[in-house]
Amino acid sequence: MPVLAAKPAGAIVEAILIPALALVTALLLFGVFCAFRGVAPFELYALMFQGGFGSWFSWQNTLIRAAPLLLTALCTALPAQLGMVVIGGEGAFVLGGLAAASAAIALHGAAPLAVQLAMAAAGLLAGGLWIAMVGALRQYRGVNETISSLLLVYIAIALLNHLVEGPLRDPGSLNKPSTPPIGDAYMLANIPGTEVHWGFAFGVVVCVLAYVLIHHTVFGFSARVVGGNARAAKVVGLPIGRLVLGITFLAGAAPGLAGMVEVAAVDGQANGTLVAGYGYTGILVSFLARHHPLGIIPVAILMGGISASGGLLQRRLGLPDAATLVLQGTVFMCLLGSEVLHGRLSLPRLQRA
Amino acid sequence: MTDVALGWWGVPLALLGGAIRASTPFLFVSLGECLTEKSGRINLGLEGILVMGAMSGYAISYLTGSPWLGVLVAGGVGALLGVLHAVICGLKRVNDIAVGIALMLFGIGLAFFLGKSFIQPAAPMLPSLDLGWWSGIAQVHAALQVNVLFIVGLLLAPAIAWGLRNTRWGLVLRMVGDSADAALAAGYSVNLVRLAATAAGGFLSGIGGSFLSLYYPGSWNERLSSGQGITAVALVIFARWQPMYCVYAALLFGAAGAIGPALQSVGVTSGYYLFNAAPYLLTLLIMAVTCSPKRALVGAPSELTISK
Amino acid sequence: MAADRMITRRHLLKTTMLAGAGAALAGVAPLRSAAAATLSIGFIYVGPRDDFGYNQAHAVGAAAVKKMADVKVLEEENVPETIAVQKTMESMIQLDGASLLFPTSFGYYSPQVLKLAAQFPKVRFEHCGGLWSEKDPKNAASYFGYIDECCHLSGIVAGYATKSGKLGFVAAKPIPQVLRNINTFALGARLANPKATVQVIFTGDWSLPTKEAEATNSLVDQGIDVVTCHVDSPKVVIETAERRGAMVCGYHANQAPLAPKGFLTGAEWNWEELYPGFVRTVMAGGTIPNLVRGGLKEKIVKPSAYSSLVSAEARKHADDAKAKLTAGDYVIFKGPILDNKGNTVIGAGTSRGQTDIALEEMNYLVEGVIGATS
Repeated sequence: MPVLAAKPAGAIVEAILIPALALVTALLLFGVFCAFRGVAPFELYALMFQGGFGSWFSWQNTLIRAAPLLLTALCTALPAQLGMVVIGGEGAFVLGGLAAASAAIALHGAAPLAVQLAMAAAGLLAGGLWIAMVGALRQYRGVNETISSLLLVYIAIALLNHLVEGPLRDPGSLNKPSTPPIGDAYMLANIPGTEVHWGFAFGVVVCVLAYVLIHHTVFGFSARVVGGNARAAKVVGLPIGRLVLGITFLAGAAPGLAGMVEVAAVDGQANGTLVAGYGYTGILVSFLARHHPLGIIPVAILMGGISASGGLLQRRLGLPDAATLVLQGTVFMCLLGSEVLHGRLSLPRLQRA
Repeated sequence: MTDVALGWWGVPLALLGGAIRASTPFLFVSLGECLTEKSGRINLGLEGILVMGAMSGYAISYLTGSPWLGVLVAGGVGALLGVLHAVICGLKRVNDIAVGIALMLFGIGLAFFLGKSFIQPAAPMLPSLDLGWWSGIAQVHAALQVNVLFIVGLLLAPAIAWGLRNTRWGLVLRMVGDSADAALAAGYSVNLVRLAATAAGGFLSGIGGSFLSLYYPGSWNERLSSGQGITAVALVIFARWQPMYCVYAALLFGAAGAIGPALQSVGVTSGYYLFNAAPYLLTLLIMAVTCSPKRALVGAPSELTISK
Repeated sequence: MAADRMITRRHLLKTTMLAGAGAALAGVAPLRSAAAATLSIGFIYVGPRDDFGYNQAHAVGAAAVKKMADVKVLEEENVPETIAVQKTMESMIQLDGASLLFPTSFGYYSPQVLKLAAQFPKVRFEHCGGLWSEKDPKNAASYFGYIDECCHLSGIVAGYATKSGKLGFVAAKPIPQVLRNINTFALGARLANPKATVQVIFTGDWSLPTKEAEATNSLVDQGIDVVTCHVDSPKVVIETAERRGAMVCGYHANQAPLAPKGFLTGAEWNWEELYPGFVRTVMAGGTIPNLVRGGLKEKIVKPSAYSSLVSAEARKHADDAKAKLTAGDYVIFKGPILDNKGNTVIGAGTSRGQTDIALEEMNYLVEGVIGATS
């Protein structure tokens, strides 16, 4: 639900205050829930803070987990500007990783920078085309994008498994079928002075670029007009087809790049490990950020922190690993519920379309 | 009973058996979703309800010794989660697809959290009806071991179809789904009708989940569901919001799950990942062929977010 | 990269015979002074630790360690094979002071364990999978068991038990470890019944309950009367076969309680024997070899107790094979062995003992197995 009009100051306060309120409510509910398991809520909160943000180690742990989410969230956030709900980031992520690994193998022996650029291009292209397919099906065949993007996730995972265990398999990867390794020379390094790989920086930069694109270009403005009112957009003569294809391509390119980073900075090859659910968590991040590209950055860090703290909750408090899932679900529910508060805390502003 | 080798005849038999064994969760979830969507709202959280139903059904069956009570509780838990979905969606400006995704996460998390202590114990299972007594062939006999829930589902479909067409309730539901304004004008509370429809959908999905844990494959663990809840949402579109078509589509999806193993057992060994993905590809293709950008889908409730 | 790994591993296995170290270690007495601090030990599982299968077998080993004095056991389950496992290990080290870690999933090793081992040279990483090679950090180590020896015994028992002469095997993926279990099972079965066949169905992944149930059903539909499997959690396969009236051989852990009517025997890990031995060695200030591999002889694996369905003749044959395997004078892969396409894969006169590196690259199914590796 994009807002076309410039926001008054009150709306910005509101945009921060309401999610914060929802977050606190969710934490309270989660504390009560865990209290039933005999866990003291304050100990719980203290451990969560310690595990997610309590030390430099915890911060790095959090940021590294947030890195893929920054990009997979854009897969949902960008089409949302057009009023489309795309939830297929996981598929674009795994295919991006696979394409990047294939590119590195094909170019084996070339200069590292060239190979890395080719890997990024392959990841962007594979993910982009995959989700552009969702846009095309919507635009030219009227197929609902939510359902088609979800179906494409299953198909992408089957493709990954089929290729990694068949045509693209490294015969030396005996018990864990994988593509051949891309080679240490081509791996992405960490951000100097940290254990966080460059994927995090890429994610932040891409989110900022997406913000500029959506909020400060004609292309982005047109997309938001379509999202606001498709009929009006048609009357004005906006090229809806091109907008849909362009946005869905970019939406897929982002998680495709995240898949490339996963291969180039973490795994060093493509295999079934790519199917790790980053795409699904990205959906959550996008909704929590209300599909705002800059909002994604803090929300992804928050989600990274929740998952980073999960280990401590298991080890120190004996809570099941699913505790983090329950918390994420609760946060999501509370945030959606808090939508109702928007526009009620501050001065009335322009009516939305 | 005789033991005969069936060879290639085993494949259609396995598909039939698979359709009977594995279709029930698809059937219940899709019928439930059909009801919800007829009211003009989509509940994408059925996967969470399914998993929660599987867990709670198993737990209750283990604790009380009665699998049928487990089924009932699974339905009740599903209805409660459906109400939660409906209440949040009833708030202003809340997107039902987003709430569905949240519910999926919440339901799965809750089921895993509460279900830890029920992974190990063995709960009493639902009995099956022996509809293959007439056959001397052991495989046919086994394929026709039918669970009562499957039959209930088969009967439920025409009942829902009839109810939607011919009862006052059905009419109100469809009116809310097709034009909220008209329903308002006629004096019905749109939110209340949708709440009832979502709760009913949740009830059926919860039962579908209990089938997974209490009959087939028949145990509770964290990897029990292979996305049947999500698939069933696609299946409803595939079935054009017609309860009877939901039955055919559920049977097809159940059979499709059996095709990979069945082909391998007669010597077709390559490409099983692709066979496993076949139902998803098939759904996508059918949607691409039958949808049209120029008109809404025939049978689609026009208040539905996805058909707007 | 993978090719180098194999060469160094081959070299290593020729020059150092490490199998057996586990059992030897079990005898080392704790020598530490009473004042020594508690040893924090982390166990990391890829799935739920009560899965009646792979993860449960490790958790049982961890439970045995928990009973020891002066140790603190930390556990985390459902940790994926991504960077998350690096962070879990690091968190156990940084926040909980762990100095001995057991990342128990095969896929944790490269690159995750390797990276952390280089970063924390004082922490000992004991990975399950048998992947260590000489170029890897010295504080990393990898162990694995020849569980195929127990699958072979299961095969012998199954060969006697089957009436139809048709056995079934539900497997996750056609990778060497799995193929080796299928082949030893088939070779065992054909010792008992030379006409026996083993039909294999690959489900495609380590945990797909509905698919595993479908596979078991279609095996039984084909007239198969003994079913076994290699998936992460055999519970569904065993229970489905039991309901269909087929006999079963277990895998990973003891599944006798899941199939009171049809259970024969099974292949189990014996981590509760190995892990306390490792921990005692570390507490005594000793070193565990970087590569530990072993089977029945080293007590890393064990067969499940026979059920009453197992005939006296089958018991005698299997016990005899077990005694010889334990003594080390029994070779399962003894040529001539043909694959199921008629090619000779192990020539007449060639004996491939358990430590033979060629067995780890297995990419065939032996004669008598119905199925294909791709």
